[in-house]
Amino acid sequence: MARLTEENIRLAREIIGRYPKARSATIPLLHLAQEQDGYVTNEAMSHIGELVGASSAEVFGTASFYEMFKFEPVGKYLINICGTMSCALMGAEELMHHAEERLGIKMGSTTADGKFTLERAECQAACTEAPCLQVNYRYRYRVTPDQLDTLIDDLSAGTLSSEIPAHGVVASVRQHIPAERGVGAVAPGLVTENPVWLDGKAAL
Amino acid sequence: MTGGTWKHAPGFYAGDRPQVVTSRFQYEDSYTLERYLATDGYKGLRSALARPASEIHDEVKNATVLGRGGAGFPAGNKWGLMPQGVWPRYLVVNGDESEPGTYKDRLLMERDPHQLIEGCLIASYAAGLSQCFLYIRGEMALAQERVAAALNEAYAAGYIGKNILGSKFSLDIVLHWGAGAYVVGEETALIESLEGNRGMPRLKPPYFPAANGLYGQPTIVNNVETLANLPWLLNNGAAAYTAIGTATSPGTRMVAVSGHVNRPGVFEIINGITTFRDLLYGDEFCQGIRNGNDLKAFVPGGGSAPWFTPDQLDLPFEASQVGPAGSMLGSGAIMVMDSTTDIPRAALTLTRFYAHESCGKCTPCREGGTWLERILSRVVDGKGTDADLEQIFEVGESICPGSFPHASNEKLGIAAVPFPYRMNTICFVGPSAYAPVHSALTLFRSEFEARIVKRTMIKVTAVSE
Repeated sequence: MARLTEENIRLAREIIGRYPKARSATIPLLHLAQEQDGYVTNEAMSHIGELVGASSAEVFGTASFYEMFKFEPVGKYLINICGTMSCALMGAEELMHHAEERLGIKMGSTTADGKFTLERAECQAACTEAPCLQVNYRYRYRVTPDQLDTLIDDLSAGTLSSEIPAHGVVASVRQHIPAERGVGAVAPGLVTENPVWLDGKAAL
Repeated sequence: MTGGTWKHAPGFYAGDRPQVVTSRFQYEDSYTLERYLATDGYKGLRSALARPASEIHDEVKNATVLGRGGAGFPAGNKWGLMPQGVWPRYLVVNGDESEPGTYKDRLLMERDPHQLIEGCLIASYAAGLSQCFLYIRGEMALAQERVAAALNEAYAAGYIGKNILGSKFSLDIVLHWGAGAYVVGEETALIESLEGNRGMPRLKPPYFPAANGLYGQPTIVNNVETLANLPWLLNNGAAAYTAIGTATSPGTRMVAVSGHVNRPGVFEIINGITTFRDLLYGDEFCQGIRNGNDLKAFVPGGGSAPWFTPDQLDLPFEASQVGPAGSMLGSGAIMVMDSTTDIPRAALTLTRFYAHESCGKCTPCREGGTWLERILSRVVDGKGTDADLEQIFEVGESICPGSFPHASNEKLGIAAVPFPYRMNTICFVGPSAYAPVHSALTLFRSEFEARIVKRTMIKVTAVSE
């Protein structure tokens, strides 16, 4: 726990290598830390600082700006109910009240068993499918209170675990640039001339 | 693995219209390289690489491909703003779609990631960009997975990386992802975020990252939909592209219509010609207002846009007409309110959004947005006073001095104030907190007044004479 594991250090170095400046990898590495521990720990932030050449305070400065990073444990399932205009017009407030009653917690808090965290979210880019919500960033569209009950039942029973990973995992597919195909990061100062294909002649 | 058992994001209706960017949406496997190659995939790139880069840049300029992110600036001209002789240059793809009501870039990334990748390759070849960063919104897990899988496939097949298709053109495309912050959609904030910082917009000037962007280098920031247009453009040519739509708004554009309509959906519409009436009432689009209700108001271009009422239904999707009418087309997002809508509450959902998403850099936005939200909440809760309504305008004035754009209204006898506004902030978040409440209060003042507490005067009488 806390500092990045050997496997994650290897992944972190691969990610850092794609950028002209290491600090650009800060947000992807924070996601990696959150994937590892379910939230972002202080130890992980100082480790990320070491890897990208920043102080842990600078890493926290960046991390704290972004909604998705959590600095204390949240539920295994983070339920974000959208409350912006299109969803509000289609019944998001009622859905939020229903969720609060069903789980017995207020928006922004976690159930005692550590299973569910409820959050009021802002526009999730599914406006034609309102009201919508995300569970660990997996969408559910045109959700009725009954469907929300079923969803919570299914999550509790563990029947959705293949589709919805635990909080922290966002994309389960990673980019991998094969060494023999990759160009490598193009840093300022490394290149001072125009790219070769811009010399006016046909490239093929 | 390409996203497991998830179904495609729903909501798209093709209709019987030209499809520039959505032609593959009909296929279940639209996101795979196999399907892409079977449907003219990477042909545009091949034809581009056989011609000089400057010619491809000219093709994009001649087609007047307007930016689809919100500002509507022509992409070819944007590329031309980069200073000569400064290298390297970068491409940053803005896939941080989060403007309220907007739902199109996510569809393009989830359903046709190779089209976007091909667009990035064509743009980088044409404008001499040495590395591409594809920034996807943090909350869009499936879009990230689909794009990651597509990038992996395209690298393996030789479409990305060193000496692409055996040419002198080499480019890495790096998938980058955010972590939840609306303001990062602003291009200089996007660059700050990509540099590993808090995503706060940069002071202007310089106005365009083309001059000074990522790591201080010339940088092009283009929207997902803008780049997705390029493969079709290369396959069919600028003349075919401009044959769709109007001279000033050529091609198609993706539009999401949500709220109180019978069939909310995402449509690829003909630019410049299609009217709001077509969209809201047309059989091939939204098929009218729900329950046969009357239309009360609609937001024509994303949460930041001043509102329209039925008076503006016959305006086409054409910036040169929507601007003078008092609003903007923005990100192609229309939110519809029927006659049952509680207008002050609806305005609050948007003002709260922008107040919440303020990055805190500019005082008028940080303080003003919060004030607007608090005053409006008070009014909605029935605890407001007459002075509150005037105070909304006063706070707005401190964010956007002078008259703020709004639509005309025949019944109220008011004329339009044309777009754009003046602003005391460095980006559009502050003005966007004001736009919904300003429109609502200007066009539906009586609904606010009805909620104001009228304190009756208590007569004070002396206990004894």
